[in-house]
Amino acid sequence: MKYKITNYWQGSKTIIEVDELKKEYNGLTAVKGVSFDVGRGEIFGFLGPNGAGKTTTISMLCTLLRPTAGHATVNGFDVARDKLAVRRSIGLVFQDPSLDERLTAVENLRFHAMIYGVPKADRDKRIPVVLELVELEGRQNDLVRTFSGGMKRRLELARGLLHQPKMLFLDEPTLGLDPQTRHHIWEYVHQLKIEEGLSIFLTTHYMDEAENCDRVAIIDHGQLIAMDTPENLKEEIGGEVIMLSTRDNRAAADEIQNKFALKAVEVNGELSLQVADGNHFMPRLIKGLETEVASISLRKPTLEDVFLKLTGRRIRDEKIEGIEQERTRRRQRGGRKV
Amino acid sequence: MRAALMGIYTLWLRDVTRFLRDRPRIISSAAQPLLWLFVLGLGLSTAFVRGGSPQYLRFIYPGIIAMSVLFTSIFSAISIIWDREFGFLKEVLVAPIPRWSVAIGRALGGSTVAVLQGAIILLFAPVVKVSFSVPQLIFAFIVMFMIAFSMTSFGILVAARMQTHEGFQMIMNFLLLPMFFLSGAMFPTNRGLPIWMNALVHIDPLSYGVDALREILVGMGRFSLFLDLGVIILFGTVMLSVGAYYFEKTE
Ligand SMILES: Nc1ncnc2c1ncn2[C@@H]1O[C@H](COP(=O)(O)OP(=O)(O)O)[C@@H](O)[C@H]1O
Ligand SMILES: [Mg+2]
Repeated sequence: MKYKITNYWQGSKTIIEVDELKKEYNGLTAVKGVSFDVGRGEIFGFLGPNGAGKTTTISMLCTLLRPTAGHATVNGFDVARDKLAVRRSIGLVFQDPSLDERLTAVENLRFHAMIYGVPKADRDKRIPVVLELVELEGRQNDLVRTFSGGMKRRLELARGLLHQPKMLFLDEPTLGLDPQTRHHIWEYVHQLKIEEGLSIFLTTHYMDEAENCDRVAIIDHGQLIAMDTPENLKEEIGGEVIMLSTRDNRAAADEIQNKFALKAVEVNGELSLQVADGNHFMPRLIKGLETEVASISLRKPTLEDVFLKLTGRRIRDEKIEGIEQERTRRRQRGGRKV
Repeated sequence: MRAALMGIYTLWLRDVTRFLRDRPRIISSAAQPLLWLFVLGLGLSTAFVRGGSPQYLRFIYPGIIAMSVLFTSIFSAISIIWDREFGFLKEVLVAPIPRWSVAIGRALGGSTVAVLQGAIILLFAPVVKVSFSVPQLIFAFIVMFMIAFSMTSFGILVAARMQTHEGFQMIMNFLLLPMFFLSGAMFPTNRGLPIWMNALVHIDPLSYGVDALREILVGMGRFSLFLDLGVIILFGTVMLSVGAYYFEKTE
């Protein structure tokens, strides 16, 4: 497997430093020694399919899981030794829901502020601010039980920001949300970065979301396989992507390999290949192929193509599979582990 | 230390807030002990005396209070497992407060709720012709709190080890009713029991709680009050320490 890391953020002050961090769950190595830094004020994204080890990495950085090997510091504090100091520095939105649904929105916030030691005066000032930020002022005295999924997510975001952390962790913050809410949440994230100077570490398996990050690390099977700005990652691919569907994709792929010395990968019934100059190549391709072409299109590369090139797979295909695995795992263990 | 105290207070406040909000639960949890007291208690007492023995009702009355406290305590401890399943536990575990303060906060919150629930049964004292002075009442509250605290701590210990509420319920079915029956809440345990049962009565920590409450409210205790209180406090402390230890280990 290719292992390529471009150290782009060198020179800037870092808020997270991770060195060969590793986690084993009895027998299974979920994170196989990852190293990276996150700069202050940076939006850093972990992109990878389900089961890649994103949540495990976040849990270690947040002191919820003890690393099997390697170390990491957050805001200068060691995550294994200085847990409370790390916890004071961070805000967190978990992948799974974590609100008390039998309390009202404002009670959830108040109790959070209390256990984070926010003084009462600040608490009374901050709560309306964060509620307004996520546009829940009108519902603050309603039980969380009555909220929609998107509202709960927004409330969790508000809660994560309440104690003014230096570093915000968002584990799949937009998972299962409608596009409008997703868009909204991204607006907040950018706003926070700019207005509060917050550093953000987030995970996602949505390619288009990863585009919003300053830097993206691609993780697969517990290993980082690339890390750079979205632009640079896409540039690596070079040129454009041709999507092609034919009568016999396997034959067509062989032909392309033989005649043009290009590698075409089949995903979801379509062949995809990366070329330098698509506009001129397309006519040559159609003329050269003996296999009948049903449709053909040209587009700019996305992070999906980067992932495809590095792994030979697509992220989203695995999503369904991954969720299935996750469900089975939960059922077997009969519940959710902390 | 400040953070730990704030953590304890917050978790306590959360339990109490949730309790006071849930009126139907308060009523339904009060209904069961009252049913035991007035229906089962009255029914059983007619086996000895025609028309029912007031003495028997007085005898089981402290036992029924202990029952109410016991069941509410265990019910509160289950909510840790719900918190785990609904994810809220994670929010608490990642907060900048020591884990042991989480265990203590929950234990205090659960105990407070259990004492309040037990106090509802206290209101029925005149009906069973039990009367007591203010110092007696205060002492009764202290003992109720001790029982509640040790039982909630015991529940928290079990809950900290359990991943699902089914598992918790299974364990509790094995322990809860035997603990209640052997505690002497419903019948005297000081004479005529088979040896094995007598041994279990002495092992059951609730025996001492019921005994203390009975001594204070109606003056029919069998052990010394010092032994009673000593055992409850010791049991509670050990349970909470072990529970807090497991909490510390939770990943
Ligand atoms: N508590 C656990 N016990 C055992 N295996 C786990 C546990 N949590 C996660 N895993 C496994 O570790 C791998 C990484 O999981 P995770 O970090 O949740 O991935 P992601 O967040 O990228 O979807 C998966 O194979 C998952 O099944
Ligand atoms: Mg995850």
